Amino acid sequence: MEATKASPVKYDMEVVRWFTIAAAIYAVVGTLLGVWIAAELAWPFLNFDIPELTFGRLRPLHTNAVIFAFGGCVLMGTGFYMVQRTGATRLWSNGLAWFTFWGWNLIIVLAVITLPLGMTQGKEYAELAWPIDILIAVVWLSFGLNHIMTVAIRKTSHIYVSNWFTMAMIVMITYLHVVNSLAIPVSLTNSYSIYAGVQDAMIQWWWGHNAVGFFLTSGFLGIMYYFVPKQAGRPVYSYRLSVLHFWALTFGYVWLGAHHLQYTALPDWTGSLGAAVSLAMIIPSWGGAMNGMMTLSGAWDKLRTDYILRFLVVSLAFYAMSTFEGPVMSIKTVNALSHYTDWTIGHVHSGALGWVAMVSFGAMYHMVKKLWNTEMYSESLVNVHFWLSTIGTVVYIVSMWVSGIMQGLMWRDYDEYGTLTHTFVESVFEMHPYYAMRVIGGIIFHLGTWIALYNIVMTVRQARSARGVNAVPANA
Amino acid sequence: MSDHDKIYSSKLQDKVERSTVLMFVLTAIAVAIGGIVEIVPLFYLPNTAVIGGNGTYNGTAHKDSKGNVISMDKIVWNPVTSEHKTLEDWRPGDGVRPYKPLELAGRAVYIREGCYLCHSQMIRPFRDEKDRYGHYSIAEESMYDHTYQWGSKRTGPDLARVGAKYSDEWHRRHMKYPRDVVPESVMPNYYWLEKNKVNVAENIQTMKVMTMMPFNPVPKTIYTDAYINDAKAQLEDKTELDALIAYLQGLGNHIKFEEGVNYRD
Repeated sequence: MEATKASPVKYDMEVVRWFTIAAAIYAVVGTLLGVWIAAELAWPFLNFDIPELTFGRLRPLHTNAVIFAFGGCVLMGTGFYMVQRTGATRLWSNGLAWFTFWGWNLIIVLAVITLPLGMTQGKEYAELAWPIDILIAVVWLSFGLNHIMTVAIRKTSHIYVSNWFTMAMIVMITYLHVVNSLAIPVSLTNSYSIYAGVQDAMIQWWWGHNAVGFFLTSGFLGIMYYFVPKQAGRPVYSYRLSVLHFWALTFGYVWLGAHHLQYTALPDWTGSLGAAVSLAMIIPSWGGAMNGMMTLSGAWDKLRTDYILRFLVVSLAFYAMSTFEGPVMSIKTVNALSHYTDWTIGHVHSGALGWVAMVSFGAMYHMVKKLWNTEMYSESLVNVHFWLSTIGTVVYIVSMWVSGIMQGLMWRDYDEYGTLTHTFVESVFEMHPYYAMRVIGGIIFHLGTWIALYNIVMTVRQARSARGVNAVPANA
Repeated sequence: MSDHDKIYSSKLQDKVERSTVLMFVLTAIAVAIGGIVEIVPLFYLPNTAVIGGNGTYNGTAHKDSKGNVISMDKIVWNPVTSEHKTLEDWRPGDGVRPYKPLELAGRAVYIREGCYLCHSQMIRPFRDEKDRYGHYSIAEESMYDHTYQWGSKRTGPDLARVGAKYSDEWHRRHMKYPRDVVPESVMPNYYWLEKNKVNVAENIQTMKVMTMMPFNPVPKTIYTDAYINDAKAQLEDKTELDALIAYLQGLGNHIKFEEGVNYRD
């Protein structure tokens, strides 16, 4: 209407700004909770005999805060940002986007209240009480509808690859959330899954692994395919590889959940099938990681000066590492050792800290500069944050590798008389130094999130005051 | 030739990339297949402990070393054929049974406190797990577990067969102050569970809900209306700690496992 063909497209970016700031805040909160519960395992007095602070109640809050509060705000913010820019169009509905923002944050507030009070469905990463689950479905669909309709009204001929990945996430998370959350309430805050035993386990890990596969991978690959080329100033290395990456991942990732249930009471074929497809997933995953990294060809020198690019590239290195480690852990012989141990926790965090959080911060810094049309308040603080993130992640995952493999070996060790060498509690005792080391890694990473928040807030303030200064003479 | 008309991949891919509807539909199909293939069969294949019609279990049949079929009545408690007709008469070894009222209340506490985040309830078929925890777990043993409790992490030991391994008094002391009993433990103190009374109304409602489940409900012949009514008396004045201990003491001793039988596929 007001925009003629000649004038540049106007975008609805205010909601993206709010999502970005919210994500920066939730990064601090989520990792603080992580550090806290990690410390509880090293020094149990930190539970303080306060029910609301015990490990069992705070751990779901930590996972929900980092995955859905931090990750969710990043995904929705970047989702709205990319879909407008790649389609050269405004959002289908700016009002609906604001509904999504406030709705999502309301869910987060409700999670912060209900989880420490012990209101849980007892399913990992799907703990929230049933009324909140309904709210999640509504808000998620509002995001999905807005995103897909914005794709539909785009001015460009083709749908950009990032939006494919986001779309796959929207569809799959809808399936997962609805099917996995089906339950019969016994009160306003409590309910029981309609599935039991074997079926419930399979459905839970179909959800559990695809929360990783679609929320934390597909969605963030969309981010990678937009922000890496933008920040590097180079086109995506291979378009064909991205097509292969997308369809192979979208079709294949769904099968992996069963590898969480190796050697359980599930029929044997299910876990084997999950593991077989897991191994096959190395190919598209590495293809995607290479595609992202090779986008830098001809621009590698930028890594020396561009700290945002460093975040993006190192995140791809962690992505490649985790997507190799995961399939290896799904192999039965390895899984027999690694399952139930801290190795799993280490694996999750190499993906969550190294890949998801670092690609997010890369994208957030990039967006902050564009959204407020300014330079970063401090480039060197971005660099400090980068090193804290990298070192913190490495310390974390190394401590968990050692403790995980130690646990696995201690549990299965036999002495010369054919009896178990170690009691269980000996393995608990031996873990202490590694649990302490994990806390240190977590703290290092957590410090980085404070620096990011400070830097982003100062950047926004600087941009606003700059605009204010310019405005005064104009008015005079 | 303008960029917009050039096809960089296949004709189909190009068509999909130009159409929101096509992209949406194909993606929605692609992501659905894996889940359907892995999940749907678990609702009708043998050895998945889904209750079929007429008290059958999906055609599940466990066979002893001579190839003779073991009656499912020995795996899953059937009050009609068992010499023990009620939950109160049930004895360990009679087969998998639904939870008694106090156990169900304890299970609610177990879920609420997130015990499953550090304790698994799924023993794998390995020598060391047999020596440490007991016979490997089988599907039927969690058939009444709405919201399964297999867990994914052993920060503490597996609890699938913890029932009757320790005395009630040991559990009471351990739960209240774990480090008084096991100095190396990293478990939080749960002495405050002794101060909370069991929520009677909610647990009665839970029993009713368990009979309404679309998959693996508790048979109404076991949770009869009279039984649910009488449950109130069993729950009155019980603490959450009592309930939790009752739950733990009932774990894993339902089936009398026989040597030489493959209880899994």
